[in-house]
Amino acid sequence: MATVRRFEHGSRVPGWDEAADLTKDPAVVPDPASTPVPEDLRYEIEAYVARYPDVRSASIPALFAVQRWHGWCSPTAIEQAACVMRLTPAYLTSVATFYDMLETEPKGEHDVYVCTNISCSLRGGDQVYEAMLSAGGDDPSFNIRSFECLGACDIAPMASVNGIYVGPLDEDDCRTIVEDLKAGRTPLDAKQIRHRPQATSLTAEGPPAVDRVDVASGPSASGNDTFGNKDM
Amino acid sequence: MTSVAAGQAGAQPDQIQILFHEIDRPGLASLDVYRDLGGYAMLKRALTEMTPEAVLAELQASGVRGRGGAGFAMGKKASFLPKGDMDKYLVCNADESEPGTFKDRELMQKTPHTLIEGLAISAYAVGANRAYIYIRGEYALQADVLEDALIEAKAAGYVGERIFGSDFSLELWVHRGAGAYICGEETALLDSLEGKRGNPRLKPPFPAINGLYGGPTLINNVETLMNAPHILKMGGAEFAKIGTETSTGTKVVSVSGCVRRPGNYEVVLGTPSRHIIEGLAGGAPEGRSIKAWFPGGSSAPVLPGTDEMLDLPYDFDSLAKAGSMLGSGAIIVIDDSIPIVDVALKTAKFYRHESCGKCTPCREGTNWTVKMLERVETGEATPMDLDIMASVCEQMMGNCLCVLADAMAMPIGSMIKHFREEFEAHIEAARERNGLGIAMPDTVNRGAHAGPEDLLGEPAYAGAAEAH
Repeated sequence: MATVRRFEHGSRVPGWDEAADLTKDPAVVPDPASTPVPEDLRYEIEAYVARYPDVRSASIPALFAVQRWHGWCSPTAIEQAACVMRLTPAYLTSVATFYDMLETEPKGEHDVYVCTNISCSLRGGDQVYEAMLSAGGDDPSFNIRSFECLGACDIAPMASVNGIYVGPLDEDDCRTIVEDLKAGRTPLDAKQIRHRPQATSLTAEGPPAVDRVDVASGPSASGNDTFGNKDM
Repeated sequence: MTSVAAGQAGAQPDQIQILFHEIDRPGLASLDVYRDLGGYAMLKRALTEMTPEAVLAELQASGVRGRGGAGFAMGKKASFLPKGDMDKYLVCNADESEPGTFKDRELMQKTPHTLIEGLAISAYAVGANRAYIYIRGEYALQADVLEDALIEAKAAGYVGERIFGSDFSLELWVHRGAGAYICGEETALLDSLEGKRGNPRLKPPFPAINGLYGGPTLINNVETLMNAPHILKMGGAEFAKIGTETSTGTKVVSVSGCVRRPGNYEVVLGTPSRHIIEGLAGGAPEGRSIKAWFPGGSSAPVLPGTDEMLDLPYDFDSLAKAGSMLGSGAIIVIDDSIPIVDVALKTAKFYRHESCGKCTPCREGTNWTVKMLERVETGEATPMDLDIMASVCEQMMGNCLCVLADAMAMPIGSMIKHFREEFEAHIEAARERNGLGIAMPDTVNRGAHAGPEDLLGEPAYAGAAEAH
């Protein structure tokens, strides 16, 4: 979906035509004495490591931890995780580049993943993505991406806003989400997935006005259009 | 918890609710409410009154088949694990990434303790002392709910050392993934859980023999494991009476796409598909009709929306016989206003993005299929591209370590098979828009050997061009 980035020489691989520098020392596990790691971050990573028989298993949780700390998996962030886990930074980089949610380039602080996979696009997911881009695409604090199926096709078209699922969305909702995030509010509270009851309790006209079920505790939304099973 | 009363046997099929029973009860995610409904009683019974072999026998007798996609009998898979004192593992596959599937999301979010209980029972049955729930990273709310439930369960002694005073101990953790469809494949999931890039492994050896950290490992889907407490409660033989002979129990079906009420519906296996799509989910929107549907997630071959297909019983074998599969139990409905070419392109792009790149047929096949479909979309294709695409799909199938290649080849191949005329019309219309002229459909070889080979062979096209 994303256009393939190419380097000046036309390849997708940087430096493919440059010989390796054989005079350089091989990359090693970072030295704790010369790699400062914030105490809290170290404790968090060590707690993850303790959960598994093998230290490598904590790679993903540790990379998430440094990503939360630094905003993205920067070389410094990866070096810190590698230092605590006693692995090479190259190993953790290989893991970080594999997964969609670990970002190896600077990103905005607010992650907005708009699902544009098949079920959402059948109900207008692509238009929602466009609307989201025009609402917040210019703001560097937003990381707006089109994402593969997020597993919430019942509220399609939907998006994951800082990990919170919201939907069904229309173009006005995209502007509300951007405003909510800028104001530091929880995004689009009325359409969050934690409010949604089981589908058989819904009718084509929308959910019943009474007997609202709030799965997680939280402010309850009102109104009949909350789940908006749009009558297409 | 379970309430399949005997009186309900003759009731409407969708009225038997096992997993969704009381699903919207406020606070069900908390231990207190779950226990009030009889939660953890089955774990207690298993640990204090039954031997692991007896639990395993019940699971086998139930005939419950995996709900994640492959549909392999759960009890049978569990019985493949070797007996002995080695470290064994149980992994719950909660990396629900199949497009159109969202059943596990609702189940984990609303009743996390059922999963924990099911996990503990299954772990006891196979003798695993370490278990992990591999949940996809995008499910932040559900992972939080599970972690809270796990803390409660550990505090209450349902997970940990010597549960209920028995000799059985279980260490259980929630492991969050980081966004990769391929990690739902069992061996890729194991690699990911071991902290590597999520690449599938060669099978055999199967995970039951050589899995996580090289130890015997049982991997099951969330919904499968959640059935375990209910199987013990009802008894395996009684559970096997629900549904059809080879597809026992109920299935939570995720219906999405062009329907009026998308959502999760629990149905007894063998329920007519029409009842799920039109009865429960409300059918296609006003004034439109169903053109095609995916019966089991986007990896399943599509079926046309004909009466014959819609009347198929929704179970593993009937769908397999019709040339598709039940898969993860996700029905995606496509109505007649949607061009099938768009659906094909969207599907193919997804698999190109998610191919891990380990096997060449998948890495290259998904890429070239997308390129050919883009040519169809922009009007640069000829009907011969459809033949090439079909042959690419054919050669991707079964030639890779995992089934991701098949998962793209099956829907794309089936779309070309069922909707070839629409593809051809689309090609002609797009070519006309581009001023390229018609693509000579009558002279194109559509035989089994179509493709580059024929181009090099007899000069069929030279003569054809003169005839025009």
